[in-house]
Amino acid sequence: MSGDDNPLAQLFWTFALISLFAVGGAVAAIPELHRVAVEVRHWMTDKQFADVFALSQLSPGPNVLIVTLIGYSVAGVAGAAVATLAMCGPTAVLSYVVSRWLSNARGARWPALVQAALVPLSIGLMAASTWILGLASDQTWRAFALTVVAAVIASTTRLNPLWLLAAGGCLGFAGLL
Amino acid sequence: MSSEIAPAAPSAADIAKIPPSLRTLFFAFAKMSLSGFGGVLVFARRAIVDEHRWMTAEEFNETFALCHFLPGPNIVNLAMVFGARLRGITGGLAAFAGLLVPPMLLITTLGAIYGHFGQAEALRQGLAGVSCVAVGLLASVVFRMLTPLLKKSDIVGLLVMAAVFVAIGLARLPLQEVLLVAVPLSLAITYARIRWAR
Repeated sequence: MSGDDNPLAQLFWTFALISLFAVGGAVAAIPELHRVAVEVRHWMTDKQFADVFALSQLSPGPNVLIVTLIGYSVAGVAGAAVATLAMCGPTAVLSYVVSRWLSNARGARWPALVQAALVPLSIGLMAASTWILGLASDQTWRAFALTVVAAVIASTTRLNPLWLLAAGGCLGFAGLL
Repeated sequence: MSSEIAPAAPSAADIAKIPPSLRTLFFAFAKMSLSGFGGVLVFARRAIVDEHRWMTAEEFNETFALCHFLPGPNIVNLAMVFGARLRGITGGLAAFAGLLVPPMLLITTLGAIYGHFGQAEALRQGLAGVSCVAVGLLASVVFRMLTPLLKKSDIVGLLVMAAVFVAIGLARLPLQEVLLVAVPLSLAITYARIRWAR
């Protein structure tokens, strides 16, 4: 990959490349973000990655903003901006071009076919994200129990997830995990 | 997240006729983004379809389906495509900037606070609790997406899903290589099954 000396160029190329393969959205790209940021580039530790994910869930806005935090930790405010733009810009342009092109071919059957083929892939990717983040976060059995309880409540009720996140924060703050 | 792509509905009588200004687009997307805890999609649908009446529900589903199968963050793609439909490329950029810039400033501030106090024990513990819950929330999203496959007892879909999980989650293979195998394979299987069903 080009520009290995300049951290901003490194951030740009890394995230632009990941985004083009981020089928199923930002959360599906988490295993790859983790692999690159923790294992390949050593930008952060496993624990820091889990913290950054927690911060991105606490904060409003699209889930993709986890890359803003990765960029920030590598190269400050400029890194945050470059990482976000690299992760969002190229694919937004691609979407714009494809949507213009598709508006001439409306009613075609292949978009539904592509989508049906991609659904199991994105679920598999998101399950992998859950697994990798779970390994980083659930170091004790109490932490694991909290994850399970949160999953059950979120699956069975329509409670605003922010309350669950806040409750988790309080339990952790109180030193119960 | 419907898997069907609805045909373009004839624009309903109460859909706004005059396209919004760039300023309006920017602030509308900033508002959706800043109210979107744990995902912006719900708020985007509410604002675009119910509040501003810029699109019918069918048009929204169609636009979202397109953005869902393209790579990249779905909601960001949606902002770009939607803004461009109403106001051309500058409209797309206004929606894109509205969606990203305000929450980016907010999260960078949080990142700076974390950078200064991330080693403080209380903050570390609090954040650890938040991340346990965040993982649980993610698990519930996976569960909800999985339910239709389980109900249809879609064995092939479940096998593809499991293979991707093992390759990425357990074997930690690079995403590009896995997708270069899995995408064509899944497309071929899906196509063959549709032909078979006919």
